[in-house]
Amino acid sequence: MDPRLAVIPERLRGVSRIAVFCSGKGGVGKTLLASLTALIAARRGVKVGLLDLDFNGPSSHVVLGASGASPREERGVVPPEVSGVKLMSLALFASEAPLPLRGADATDALLELLAVTRWGDLDLLVVDAPPGTGDELLDTVRFLKRSEAVVVTTPSKLSLSVVARLVRLLRDVRTPVLGLIENMGRGDAKAAAEEWGVRYLGWVPYDPSVEEALGDPGKLLGTEVAAKLEEALRAAGLLR
Amino acid sequence: MVHEWALAEAVIKSLEGISGGVKLVKVVLGELQNVDGEILLFALEELKKGTQLERAKFELEVEPAEFECNACGATWKLSDVGVGEAEREAIHFVPELAHAFLRCPSCGSPDFRVVKGRGVKVEPAVG
Repeated sequence: MDPRLAVIPERLRGVSRIAVFCSGKGGVGKTLLASLTALIAARRGVKVGLLDLDFNGPSSHVVLGASGASPREERGVVPPEVSGVKLMSLALFASEAPLPLRGADATDALLELLAVTRWGDLDLLVVDAPPGTGDELLDTVRFLKRSEAVVVTTPSKLSLSVVARLVRLLRDVRTPVLGLIENMGRGDAKAAAEEWGVRYLGWVPYDPSVEEALGDPGKLLGTEVAAKLEEALRAAGLLR
Repeated sequence: MVHEWALAEAVIKSLEGISGGVKLVKVVLGELQNVDGEILLFALEELKKGTQLERAKFELEVEPAEFECNACGATWKLSDVGVGEAEREAIHFVPELAHAFLRCPSCGSPDFRVVKGRGVKVEPAVG
């Protein structure tokens, strides 16, 4: 008998909404948009957490500039707060060491994190999901039962063709899709969203200044990416 | 290590709703997670108060960890490899972090399987 399963709902009791940022492919900017969403929400007074589930390549802590942060033990594990965001990531424990996890190990790591992390009261938990539609995404929506998906794509056909499958999968596993955000785009993915019957939340431009702002939440919040993302989050109903 | 309280809470929650009355609960502790049995037992005794487990007895058993390398097939035990204090602490929280810190003593690969002795398991006896 696995005792972790029973305690997960208890750990998430104080969490009002869970937004899972996912994409079929890696490299479309899911981590940046998920992390920036948490920062924007915190700036607007939302009680927010950020859970990095990209175990093989965690990098939310890099966006937040949180490499020195560490969780605290208190009848479980209390996430450190970085720029108003409660952050949980295996990178806070493993530092920069590679973490080669196979499917079953990733499931175990996810269960363990969910069973011991004490989020407290949150208006919003933002989840940076791993790329793809394998074990980790399936486990994420399975164990985080109130998940709502925010699908991230680029305008490239390569991303759109994979995201089309992701949207179908999310429907098949009964995970509500809040909508599609087009990253590094100009509105070209709107037609695809309409074709799939998914709400188009907006687009975020390619902005070279983001690279040097990584790790500096103040700078990141001043970028055009942040301004456009905030509009999309309001369209999704994640911000008022 | 107050993380044990979180594990104890998980054990109690997992036993809620078992009908027939649980009299004895065997809690198997994987060596890899390095759970402090005394603290866990104390937490279990505290948390069971006022629940249907009030009269249940808890027994702890430590399961030694065993590993098998996916690359070369070698098998080994935790005592065959050195683990630093900080690494031990991280593995205590999430045993899969062993893949960041442990290596196969035969070929050096981090691609291994934890055959047994990973984390906490519960075996209730009803009746």
